[in-house]
Amino acid sequence: MGLDMTYRDALQKAIVDEMERDENVLIMGEDIGRYQGTFKVTRGMVEKFGDRQNRYNLRILDTPITEAGFAGIATGAAMAGLRPIVEFMTMSFSILAMDQIINHTAKVHYMTNGEVKCPIVFRGPGGAAKQLSAQHSHSMEGWYAHCPGLKVVAPSTVADVYGILRTAVRDDNPVIVYENPGLYAMKGELPEDPDFTVPIGKAQILREGTDISLVGYSRMTHINLAAAELLAKDGISAEVVDVRSLLPLDTETIYASVRKTHRAVMVYEDWRSGGFGAEIAARIGEDCFDDLDAPVVRVGGLNVPMPYARVLELQCIPDENDVVAAVRKIS
Amino acid sequence: MANIAEESLTLSPADLKAYYREMLFVRRFEEHCNTAYRKGLAGGYMHTYIGMEALATGWLNSIRKGYDYVITAYRDHAHAIVLGTDPVAVMAEIIGRKGGTAGGKGGSMHIYDPKNGFFGGWGIVGGHIPLGAGLAFASRYRNEDRVTLNFMGDGASNQGVVFETLNMASLWDLPCIFIIENNEFAMGTRLEYHAADKELWKRGLPFNIQSERIDGMDVVQMRKDAQRIVDWVRENQRPYFVEVMTYRYSGHGAADQDRQLYRTKEEEAEAMQRDPIARLRAQLIEQNIMSEEALEAMELEVEEEAAQVMAKAEESPFPDPSEVYDNIYTDMTPEQGH
Repeated sequence: MGLDMTYRDALQKAIVDEMERDENVLIMGEDIGRYQGTFKVTRGMVEKFGDRQNRYNLRILDTPITEAGFAGIATGAAMAGLRPIVEFMTMSFSILAMDQIINHTAKVHYMTNGEVKCPIVFRGPGGAAKQLSAQHSHSMEGWYAHCPGLKVVAPSTVADVYGILRTAVRDDNPVIVYENPGLYAMKGELPEDPDFTVPIGKAQILREGTDISLVGYSRMTHINLAAAELLAKDGISAEVVDVRSLLPLDTETIYASVRKTHRAVMVYEDWRSGGFGAEIAARIGEDCFDDLDAPVVRVGGLNVPMPYARVLELQCIPDENDVVAAVRKIS
Repeated sequence: MANIAEESLTLSPADLKAYYREMLFVRRFEEHCNTAYRKGLAGGYMHTYIGMEALATGWLNSIRKGYDYVITAYRDHAHAIVLGTDPVAVMAEIIGRKGGTAGGKGGSMHIYDPKNGFFGGWGIVGGHIPLGAGLAFASRYRNEDRVTLNFMGDGASNQGVVFETLNMASLWDLPCIFIIENNEFAMGTRLEYHAADKELWKRGLPFNIQSERIDGMDVVQMRKDAQRIVDWVRENQRPYFVEVMTYRYSGHGAADQDRQLYRTKEEEAEAMQRDPIARLRAQLIEQNIMSEEALEAMELEVEEEAAQVMAKAEESPFPDPSEVYDNIYTDMTPEQGH
């Protein structure tokens, strides 16, 4: 029996466990301390690691609202041997820090030919929350997974977000942890083993099937599980592949599934055109052509700035019915 | 803002001789860089420090080399050399060779030597300023008494991320010295056309950072001011903001073919009167520290040394194609192939 907890609490437990294990680990971000975090991931941590009255607590550090500046300061601190975790209030705000992340953080190790390491984690919610509309709903994982020098993970379960975040903090390279806000309240089970971790770069099969592979990550994995349930009622056996890590990408596990089922649907919340799901679909098409009985189909978010009205917002985000429709197209 | 740090340094004749030799070597080195660029040995963007030598010599001899942290922009050859990096490795990097400081992956703009406390060598104007504050953050976090020198040009002082960083450096008491190497030009745009207030030193004031402007053309005064400020920051664990007035005799970069687009020959000739190397040379003679003959002998020696550096760097092979994926990550490569 493991521990029952939410995805949000598993995130905090991973952060706390790593901060207690290694004093070089710290967390910084907007309103993460005294205000307890916008999505409450860091609730209670300022009391645990600092003192509310202190002007600043370097281990759990409230930053000004200056994403580029603190992303860069954290990067410099990592170059000097610390292991910062940077929380972006939403991944949409990381756009302000992209020059730092893409043009600085991701280049440190290569431009020094391996002389300087940059062990840093950037994490936060990406994708639509609920009616946050056009400027707060971006899926940024594909932008980062495009960039050599970064690792990008998008765990979908409670155990995985805990285990992968711990691995990310210990990784000597910059890691982006993409958390879908729709998962924060989700409950699940965490193994009791205090040394539990999950490696970066391994996909997993969350439901076995024989007729089609539904490939996704983060919250879309749960959409795929729901779609598989619907398809089963119609006698279609769908296998659900949870990618977990976009960069590195475990093509072996994905391809093995496709070679078994001969069909694949790639599901992602990001804009359909040019999202990272399109990259995965292209690789399946290129490397598994002889095993496929039908073209790989993409199911992605509608190519529109996220609208506010709930009915329009829901229209933009793929759901299990969109996945089922895509499966029918190629079955 | 009044100077609150006290000056107490006296320089020996041996110090002055050493500074003369060091600055002269940097200048000869940079001249070889320009030649290498013209010959096609060096490519890309390359920016020399000619005219600004007193800054690297003044500041970097005022810190604990190898302990304190240093970071700068892309005009970075001099910083590495003065910190003690093998000039052959610097030149090899500039001409893209395996023996370079980054194995030929960085080039002129990206010289690094973390063993000597040198963290680059960055190409985005103003972009490295938060990284420098981050180095200072790490020493503050660990309760060390390291000081970080965070160099930028006058052009960088307009970047938004610089202001963000000044705010946090003061807010969190980071032991970081922000140094504007004001050579009067952001590429080809003169100070008065890029800065609403030409007194850049004031930009530390709104953040409650001790700030001042100093002269960077007299290495003796530069060295004394630098030591005074470095000592104050180490002692007080607070940031400092310094505008150092200097002049870039060369163009912005090796690709800058026509300096008359943004300044006159008369202005350049006037600025040459303030040349920090010629000035120190005159002082050495005037104070009977070195004779004309001794100076000429030293100059010949430096010239030969610089030529040898160039020759040795050229002996280094080009990087092997098999190295292209090395060190993107510590433990993996991205997807390979075209």
